Amino acid sequence: MRALVSILPLFALVLMAACSGGQTWKTTNITGAMPDLAFTLTNENAKTVHADDFRGKVKMLYFGYTHCPDICPITLAHIAAVLRDLGPAAGNVRVLFVSVDPHRDTPPVLKRYTKAFGPQFVGLTGSQEQLHDLAKLYRVAYSYGPKYPEGNYVVNHGAAIYVFDRKGRVRLLTTRNDPTKAIVHDLEQLLE
Amino acid sequence: MLMFERRRIVLFVLPAAVLALGLAASARAAAPPGASDAWIRWLPGNLPLAGYVTLTNSSSKALTLVSASSPAFKRIEFHHSVEKNGMSTMQPVDSVTIPAHGKFEFAPGGYHLMLWRKHSIQAGDRVAVTLHFSGGAALRVEFTVRGAAG
Repeated sequence: MRALVSILPLFALVLMAACSGGQTWKTTNITGAMPDLAFTLTNENAKTVHADDFRGKVKMLYFGYTHCPDICPITLAHIAAVLRDLGPAAGNVRVLFVSVDPHRDTPPVLKRYTKAFGPQFVGLTGSQEQLHDLAKLYRVAYSYGPKYPEGNYVVNHGAAIYVFDRKGRVRLLTTRNDPTKAIVHDLEQLLE
Repeated sequence: MLMFERRRIVLFVLPAAVLALGLAASARAAAPPGASDAWIRWLPGNLPLAGYVTLTNSSSKALTLVSASSPAFKRIEFHHSVEKNGMSTMQPVDSVTIPAHGKFEFAPGGYHLMLWRKHSIQAGDRVAVTLHFSGGAALRVEFTVRGAAG
């Protein structure tokens, strides 16, 4: 009887946690931890776009560059697999691939690149100031490595994928290491 | 006369036997590595590509891969993707070592061959890359090109 009484408070806490909002998340819940999505950038059709232009869609934000042969394609391919598993609902998701390498990633380069991953993928870039303003909101760092004689250089960038709901509120943090099932589960909840 | 001839035969046969054994032993030690799961992820335009392969070394000596060449690529480097404190980066490496009786994996998120194209290639193509090891051994591997989204 004493044992039962001692675990009751713990049980109550667990119940409360499970009942809050009625939803559980399999990726990292960061609701309220960061500002709503806001940016002014250039899209792959060389048009100026704002975060508001994507209202109504669930957005996945990832920073990278097209001359990245390994990590960026793996991450985008992982997201593409998630969208395949989502089925028709994937039409309400937009993957915002923000290139922090505007020197090489011009709109035509971005357009060709995102097309290789899926119709929901949108390439965005901007001036250093515009990129910095967005990166600062989500505490994302990026930097440029030394330039090699052939002209190539590495861009260091954050590994995280930020997920925003249809109203532009930041909700989840995920990475290419979260199983596709987990990300699909959470996106379905955001798309409800 | 017979005894002298026998001694001469032994003098010839013994070193020959030792030499033969020696060659056989070094042949085992320098057994070429095996390669499996060789693939390249296609990307559009002229972007550099990543190649992946698992190398196995069944010999009793470690093997060092020092370079790679291919008629399809004007430049091939080895790189190591690293994630530190939530930041993704990549570092070039001059060589990789396959341990004796062991394997080395070029795999997504870890080591990869970075490939600069000479001409366009498409998903579904098979591309030959020759891997060069220290000591002069070379291994020709056929890489399969897969689509960007896997």
